[in-house]
Amino acid sequence: MAHELPYIAAIEEAIREEMERDETVLYFGQNIATTENDPFLQAFGGNRVRVTPISETAEIGMAVGAAFAGYRPVVELYMAEFMLVAMDQVVNEAPRFHYMSGGQVKVPIVLKAGYGFTAGWAGQHTGSIYGMFMGVPGLKVAVPATAADAKGLMTAAIRDDNPVVFFHHYLLTLEHGDVPDGEYVVPLGEAAVRREGTDVTIVAIGYLVGTALAAAEQLAAEGISAEVIDPRTLAPLDTATILTSLEKTGRLVVVDQSTRHGSAAAVIAAEAASEGFASLRAPVSLVTALDATIAYSKPMEEYVLPDEAKIVAAAKQVLGSSPVAA
Amino acid sequence: MDTAGGLESRTGLELLRTMWRIRVFEERVGELTRANEVYGLVHLSIGQEAVAAGVCLELRPDDVVYSGHRAHGHAIAKGAPLGPTMAELMGRVDGLCHGLGGSMHLVDAEHGMLGATGVVGGNVPLALGSALAGRLQGHDSVAVVFFGDGAVQAGIFVESVNLATLWQLPVILVCENNGFAEFTPRSAHTNVERVSDVVAPYGLERETVDGNDVVAVRSAFARFCAAARSGEGPFLLECLTHRLRGHYEGDPQRYRDALAADEWQELDPILRLQRRGIAEGWLGEDAPARLEQAAREEVDEAVRFARASAFPPATLTADFVYAS
Repeated sequence: MAHELPYIAAIEEAIREEMERDETVLYFGQNIATTENDPFLQAFGGNRVRVTPISETAEIGMAVGAAFAGYRPVVELYMAEFMLVAMDQVVNEAPRFHYMSGGQVKVPIVLKAGYGFTAGWAGQHTGSIYGMFMGVPGLKVAVPATAADAKGLMTAAIRDDNPVVFFHHYLLTLEHGDVPDGEYVVPLGEAAVRREGTDVTIVAIGYLVGTALAAAEQLAAEGISAEVIDPRTLAPLDTATILTSLEKTGRLVVVDQSTRHGSAAAVIAAEAASEGFASLRAPVSLVTALDATIAYSKPMEEYVLPDEAKIVAAAKQVLGSSPVAA
Repeated sequence: MDTAGGLESRTGLELLRTMWRIRVFEERVGELTRANEVYGLVHLSIGQEAVAAGVCLELRPDDVVYSGHRAHGHAIAKGAPLGPTMAELMGRVDGLCHGLGGSMHLVDAEHGMLGATGVVGGNVPLALGSALAGRLQGHDSVAVVFFGDGAVQAGIFVESVNLATLWQLPVILVCENNGFAEFTPRSAHTNVERVSDVVAPYGLERETVDGNDVVAVRSAFARFCAAARSGEGPFLLECLTHRLRGHYEGDPQRYRDALAADEWQELDPILRLQRRGIAEGWLGEDAPARLEQAAREEVDEAVRFARASAFPPATLTADFVYAS
């Protein structure tokens, strides 16, 4: 059985259930629990639910220290970009201490970061910056595309013994979806095949999974069978599922709202070229944002971002390319 | 009676023993660095031993300390065994962190040395987290973070002081003010002379002491520590001290004049306590040599232990990227 929830409510359901299940789970961040009526504050009290000053570095560093002592803090960051002011903690402290200590300490923290608010939020609130984090050893990166995954990945993130950056897309916030009843965990590191197909593999990340599925529908109407894969986590990255699909289709389109250089899409393309070259019958096509800051003006915003038409065009392009000699 | 001038002989001997262990250990690390047996970047705290010794004497195993790039003294004073500490600096598998951390990232969780960070100021909020955890668990443990005066100019310092005071966390911020932020004199990186003045608006209790007077460090810290155990906090202890060596081993130190030998004789925290002990009658004339010799034998043994340990196998890499 399942129940329908908006994506953001599915995330909150996961946090609430984990806080009920495990009293070491803490929740703190900016602008949460500012009134006595806050449901988290009412349920769990002011020791476990805390509003913080606008001090991302201190918030995340404190979470790391509490994690050393066995707590599992979830830090509410609202905007992924706000994490950038705390990069020392996110990159140098949280994910490195387990390794640098030779396994003596663990850092089970979750950094909840909204991203990609491409609705006129302009240059500093719209970035899809998960690619910056997927190459940091020790850090895990989740990018849920559905309400069910939002819950299942948040649950897994809280239970994981490593720091996890949980990226939720702002345009999905109120998108409804079926969420399985009861305890629901989506393992970190397992991609989902969202649609099966035989002609072309489309790997899409986060919000763009929905866009890729719409593009696949359009392609189907034109007789092209697209397989759509949602990696769900970028670190660990389930390259095996992507390579298996590639063996079947021989063609790959990677769809990513990030700017192209240094993106997750570029990493996936590199894995395909390096580990799946024998399967490839055409060059990999990347459908990403242009390498530019997202503009405020709506037409300009649309100009730089991937969309359904760009995905359809890329799929047709890889299908029309000259085959690479096997 | 076992006391003289307010200092118990047992306490005085313990402080001397700790300072000698740190001093001799670090002198040997310097030698081994020049001989390429200690492989990487090394920062020594020679001259600043009184801060580590005076603070850690008050701490229990369940209290935690954090340190920065100049961490050897804090680790040793908190109880890290010399052999595994030396093995870590030599990159060996029997090191505290199996050779994966090194000089700047010493961790000895068993003894509450929770970690050294190599990015100045990065350790301060970690101590807040430990303090918060102790408070939530209902313990009377405290958290201590050692940092230099350079860290005070990092934004994270103010973020942490604000949050620690806001939440009244049982953390004691211990600043080793040696007058230099790496290679830069204090006058070139701030107009504020005293670190204790920087935190004044937050209303936390604070004190500036002669950080080369181990008894002064210990007394001031003991007061803060007792208050933190009873539920107060945070506190700031500023210890004015002197880094006898460069920022790192090999630093040509063109930015400052060397201290004259007789000036150093006056400042040296070990010699100072020994002079005091002899004057107060709790330390025999021949005791200093015996204390130094005991430390040398212990460090010799630590070096033997480290040399006998293998380098870590490459398979350790995969073992520790993620915790499972």
